[in-house]
Formats: sequence, structure tokens, C-alpha cells
Amino acid sequence: MQLDNSTLLAAIENRFPGAILSHSEPYGMLTMETTSEVIIDLLRFVKEDPAIQANFLTSLCGMHYPEQDGKEMGVVYHLHSFRNNFRFRVKIFFPIDAPHVPSATTLWPAANWMERQEYDFFGIIFEGHPDLRRILNVDDMDVFPMRKEYRLEDGTRTDKDDRFFGRQGHEGRTFD
Amino acid sequence: MQVQSYFSSLDNLDGELATLNLGPTHPATHGIFQNVLKMDGERIHSAEPTIGYIHRAFEKLAEHRPYNQVTPITDRLNYCSSPINNMGWHMTVEKLIGCELPKRAQYMRVIIMELSRIADHLVCNAVIGVDTGALTGFTYMFQERERIYEMFEEVCGSRLTTNIGRIGGMERDFTPAFHAKLKDFLKSFPARFEEFNSLLERNRIFMDRCIGAGPIAGERALEYGFTGPNLRAAGVDYDIRVMTPYSSYDDFDFIIPIGTQGDTYDRFMVRQEEIRQSLKIIHQAYDNLPAGNYHADVPDFYLPEKPDVYTKMEALIYHFKVVMGETPVPKGEVYHCVEGGNGELGFYLVSDGGRQPFRLHFRRPCFIYYQAYPEMIKGSMLSDAILTMSSMNVIAGELDA
Repeated sequence: MQLDNSTLLAAIENRFPGAILSHSEPYGMLTMETTSEVIIDLLRFVKEDPAIQANFLTSLCGMHYPEQDGKEMGVVYHLHSFRNNFRFRVKIFFPIDAPHVPSATTLWPAANWMERQEYDFFGIIFEGHPDLRRILNVDDMDVFPMRKEYRLEDGTRTDKDDRFFGRQGHEGRTFD
Repeated sequence: MQVQSYFSSLDNLDGELATLNLGPTHPATHGIFQNVLKMDGERIHSAEPTIGYIHRAFEKLAEHRPYNQVTPITDRLNYCSSPINNMGWHMTVEKLIGCELPKRAQYMRVIIMELSRIADHLVCNAVIGVDTGALTGFTYMFQERERIYEMFEEVCGSRLTTNIGRIGGMERDFTPAFHAKLKDFLKSFPARFEEFNSLLERNRIFMDRCIGAGPIAGERALEYGFTGPNLRAAGVDYDIRVMTPYSSYDDFDFIIPIGTQGDTYDRFMVRQEEIRQSLKIIHQAYDNLPAGNYHADVPDFYLPEKPDVYTKMEALIYHFKVVMGETPVPKGEVYHCVEGGNGELGFYLVSDGGRQPFRLHFRRPCFIYYQAYPEMIKGSMLSDAILTMSSMNVIAGELDA
């Protein structure tokens, strides 16, 4: 059986009824949104299912959408099935007040540093991670710098303001 | 391996464990990273890597720059093969804006990318030689790398951090001097490379040092997210140029060399063969270089010719819009990956329609596979650990982003 977007989606929805909150195919890559409750079971299923065999965790990255109420933070998993040469993406979102996500280190040791990096950048707490410390920034840093509220450049700069170019910026996002 | 079970019981310890700081600045680590080693005599009991010494917050920086200004950031990831990073980024943006390149531009990119792969592998393999005590090959191969850098200089004006090409194609066509240098390189490089190869490949000392040093099994390497030559040395034939061809790689005939043991010797041999295959690709691309334009027709992203800017209204407007980052970009998210010098270099770009990326995540291959290092060197001698590290092609710029 050739794996494609619709068969994979059907297989997951069959195994986890109602767990896929939404799905889309931006630029052809199947993107599914699920919840942090089922994410590890879902990842284990796609990893171990003989028809899917998404054996490779390509990357894992945090997201911050300040304007999404109650779903401000997110984690995006890029998965790859070598056997089927098939890639897809799974997302979860959760509130910024309780940024808790189960760790994927139980499935892939590769997730160890990836999760440490996203903790370092976004302050996402990966439950069950064996060693959740900062990895790239200094240990005594007290902010999570990739969150959108932290500006990079001088906040008084106006020459890069989107309003002066006839375009509205992202809601709730501050441009420098 | 007998070393795997060496520390299964503490009874094997000869004496007290000593703590040894390998790095952050140690000449043998070829970069700024630290390993706190627990040593039993000369054997490594455990290792704790610390990274981030040259962290420059690339992902944050990228959120504050127009798309064309992100390219210089990618230079500084794996700086041994910057053109691959640059072009991987350009292809990501081209995928987002739906831009198809003329064949000539794609072939030109392939030539540049394979040249940089050769440069990358030459440095890595020459350094493996140095760490086993053979400096001569290193000095030979750096002369060859110099010739590759001179070619980059012809194409883009710079050598190490190249910022080569543009979104939508190449910045300029190959110059006559480039053609001359490339022809000369293709003619004389293979013989010099084989001379270097003959110094090491069947050298008893080199083989004794490398075979069995820092091995990893294919299954384990996959779990650790290995890609590139390190994964192929462990026996998994995963190469993005073949699995998901980009930039017309499917037009070329080449093989993917693989190893069996995943040790330092296999990593060395895989890279050596990849250099030969890269040469083969360059030959095919150069001999069949199609006529046509060296860039796509995307005036919204590609800077117009400078004389036109001074004389034509349209060109002036586009020039202004490109430089000021005032181009509408589609909303969406895209993942694109290329076969970098040391593995799968991926770009996950989320655009909200603004002039800068909303989020840009780099999948940096050596950041992901370097976490296997403590496991690979456990129970080995210190000198083998140094060798294992250099054979993994860990580049500090990419590791720390």
C-alpha cells in the first residue's frame, strides 16, 4: 500500500477517534493538530505501525502565537517514514500559563536535545524528560527569549514599522 | 565490542575516577565545545557535553530580517559548506512563493553545492588524518580547498561565508575565470585527491587507529537522528538528493556509498567516496550545462540589473521594494531540506504574510547527532574520543546556531 496523506489521516483517525482536531495540507505536507494528551500515543502508533513506520523524528520545534487565546504555545513535530519516503507534521497547542507537554524522549533519544532547546527558547516543560536544562543559553538566564514579547532591536526604531508600508502586521505581534 | 561492557561493573575500575575538562577551548576539539569527562586512567567512564559557547540566536534573528537578509545567517551555520546552507534557504523561500528555476540556474546550483560538499569533506577527512598523526595530507588538501574557495570568490565575491546566489536563482552567471578554474580543478584535482587517499586508506597506522573507534549501529543512529555521511557509514542509505530530489538532482547519475560498522574508518571512507561521486555530479552538470537564464523571472524578489535601476521606472520600483523588504509574501508554512555537508539541513518556515519570517526553525544535523557522542565514546581511550569527534564533522557554528 502506498502511503499518502488521506490513507495516513484515515489510519490515525481510525486508531484515535476524534483526536485530530484539524488537518490541512500546506504545500502538500499533511499537517495534523492534536492534543498533548494523545501526542505520545499517536507518535508511538505512527512509529510502530507496520504500514506507516514513521521511524525518524526529523525535528521538533516550539511555536508562540500570542493572539491564540488558550493555545498560545505549540510544539511542531516533523516526522519521516524512511520505508515509505513520506513526511508529515503533527502539531499540538497549549496555554502559555501551563506549558506542559509529555516528552518524546521515550520514543527517540534524538528528542533529548531538541526538547532541551525548545525549553531553553520557549520555556516549554517537557514532562518526563531526563535532563531538562538550558542548552544553548546561559543557565542563569531568566527569560525564554524566543517568545514573541521579547524584542531583538531597539524598540524606539520606527523605520521598520509595517504601518508605514501599507500593511497590517500580525495581530498582537510587535514589529521592531 | 569489548569496551561496551567494560564498565558494566565498577570492579573493573583501576583506580579513582578523575574529572577532565576537554575544552571549551582545546586545540584538539576543532571548535568551541566542552566535554566534562570522567576518566578511569586513560579510559572514558562518562562524558557530559556542554554546548552553546557561540550561540548567536539565529532563529530569533531570522524573525527580524527580511527574507533576503536571512541568507547571511545561514552562512554561519555549517561554515565549511556555506553555499549548501544558502541555497537550501533560497529553495525554501522559492517553495513558499512558488518559484520555479530555469534548468541552467539549477545546474549552476548543483555545481556550487557539490564543490562545497567536496570542500567540507576534504576538511573533515584531512582533520581525521591530522588526529591520527598524519599532517601531510591535510596540507595537501587545504591547497585544494583553497582552489574551491577561489571559485566561490569568482561566483559571489567571498570565500568562507559566501552569501552565494539569490532568492530566484544565482546572482550572476559563471564568469570566464570561473570556467577556467573549474576546468583546471576537474583536471588536476582527482590525481591529487587519490594521492591523499593513498596516504591514508590502506595505511596500517591509520587503519589501526580508525577501525572500531566510535562505532554506532544503524538502528541506534536512526534513533539518535543521524543523517548524512555519519548515518550512511552505519549502513543506512538515506540521502536527500535521492530520496526527495531538489534542484534537478534526479538528472544525475551517482551512487550513495555506505559503510557497515559506523566507526571512524567507515565515516572516513564514505566521505572519500562521496567526494568522487560529487566530482562525477559536477562533470555531468557542467558538461550538460543548459543554455538559458541564470535566474527565474521573479522581480518581486530578485534584484533588477543595476543599469536598469538607473534608467527604467519599473526596475527602480522593484529595486526599492526588494531592498526595503516591501514584497507581499504568501501566508503558509513550508519545510524544505537539503543534503548538507554533514546531514539533513532542514528549514521550517512559517510565514504570516509579513516581511520577516514569523518563525524559522533550522534542523541542524550536527546539533541532533552530537548528543550521541557520550554513548559513542564510553569506554574508549581519550585519544579515540578526539578522533571520533573529528570524524563526526561537528561544526560549532551549526551546533550552537
